[in-house]
Amino acid sequence: MSAPSASSFVNINGVSLVYGKKDQTKALDELNMAITEGQFVAVVGPSGCGKSSLMKLVTGLRPPTSGTIDVGGQRIDRPLKIVGMAFQNPTLLPWRRTLSNVMLPMEIVEPHRHSFRADRKQHEARALALLDSVGLDGFATKFPWQLSGGMQQRASLCRALMHEPSLLMLDEPFGALDAFTREELWDVLQDIWLAQKCTTILVTHDLREAVYLADKVFVMSARPGRIIETYDVTFPRPRRPDLVFDPAFAEIVQHLRENIRHQRHVPQAASAGRAAS
Amino acid sequence: MNSEFLGRAMPWLVTAGTLALWEGLCRLFRVPEFILPAPLRILAATIEYWDAIWFHASHTLVMTLIGFALAVVFGLLLGIAVGSSRLAYQGLYPLLIGFNSVPKVAIVPVLVIWFGVGAIPAILIAFLMSFFPIAVNVATGLATVEPELEDVLRSLGAKPRDLILKVGLPRSMPFFFASLKIAITLAFVGAVISESIASSRGIGTLMVQASADFRVALVFAGLMVTAVMGIVMYAFFAVIEQHTTQWANRKMEMEV
Repeated sequence: MSAPSASSFVNINGVSLVYGKKDQTKALDELNMAITEGQFVAVVGPSGCGKSSLMKLVTGLRPPTSGTIDVGGQRIDRPLKIVGMAFQNPTLLPWRRTLSNVMLPMEIVEPHRHSFRADRKQHEARALALLDSVGLDGFATKFPWQLSGGMQQRASLCRALMHEPSLLMLDEPFGALDAFTREELWDVLQDIWLAQKCTTILVTHDLREAVYLADKVFVMSARPGRIIETYDVTFPRPRRPDLVFDPAFAEIVQHLRENIRHQRHVPQAASAGRAAS
Repeated sequence: MNSEFLGRAMPWLVTAGTLALWEGLCRLFRVPEFILPAPLRILAATIEYWDAIWFHASHTLVMTLIGFALAVVFGLLLGIAVGSSRLAYQGLYPLLIGFNSVPKVAIVPVLVIWFGVGAIPAILIAFLMSFFPIAVNVATGLATVEPELEDVLRSLGAKPRDLILKVGLPRSMPFFFASLKIAITLAFVGAVISESIASSRGIGTLMVQASADFRVALVFAGLMVTAVMGIVMYAFFAVIEQHTTQWANRKMEMEV
């Protein structure tokens, strides 16, 4: 288990989360995670293990029941303002064209919101460059409902990156896409991350996606969620689609799968995870 | 192509058919004019009394529009309050439902006591009848914003005002415009009701006077004019709805 250290960018320390007042549901139990700056981590686990709750905690949208969370050396007690988020549902605003959807963060984030009109040209140029980098050049003036699901998800990624966030939170962003589009977007995401190097937390139930993209994979147990294993993935970058056929890749995926299956059947047996590499 | 043409012609065909049937039945059974005048007789009465009808109808139209304008402003504000605050919703909703359940005819005498016979009761009844659908629709649009979208914005540091201005209000616009075409007809009904109880001018007054004088053809002329004005105002707001919230009516082709 990775011990929380002062050098890490995101530090989750003994965090528990309990929902409800009468029928208490424990969503997360004594969670510890440490993520260094610029790292790409993935959080995997069975459905209902509290992965999405984790997202809300780290972004400060919901306070933990106990424990502490620090991001960039600051204790989190209110919604963070340096985060980009993308979800399984692209959540683009249907009355805005793609370009102005991508520019939305600049109308809200401090300090850009005060100079939005003045800097509009600059923002437009950056938004267009982002759209270009995800292969959406020429779609800036389309409305979201004129785009396919995969294209909407690309635009949603651009919106998450628009204000140059220091933390990118992705909650199953490719969960609703078909296999071809999904694997195409793995590479799009990896290229963006290689170019920007912002700390990224990807929540997913797709083990192959986690191993393909992340430097470090956190495996969570069934509810109440806690980290049962931390696995460092050391394949060199950029990783290319052939990698998924590599026996070493398959072995890691298999290992993670076994682990999740095992602790689902015998939840009590899940003790503190072991670090593997 | 053919069925599209038929679709456009249908409203006219059905209306013409109904009127023709009415005319035919009246003639066939020799229905006396003081019970049910035939359409052609009504048309004749409309032309004959056009000056009087227009004098009253234009007044009703003005009352309706003033009441409706008040309803748009007030309905929007109330809808925003109820839709964006859970507390306001819980506190105001039962009151609103209760208020909307009271027949507005019953309020007219009270308004007459307060404001006297004339324009103000008509405007107020038009307003009271039409603000409810506007408020409810705007509130619905605001209250059904996707939670993920809210998370995205809040994680950018959005203030509650940002959420309403950037997401809530644009999202509730299709609901708002859909409610306008319902509200305008209700406002019209409200104005006519009030005029027929307490006013010296307006299409409602005209019909009450005409029926007291047993001029049934004129009563029906008033009814017809009322119906036509209702349809015209509905159509006007239906067109506005189509042009303002394109994104909500995705009938156009995918252009990709």
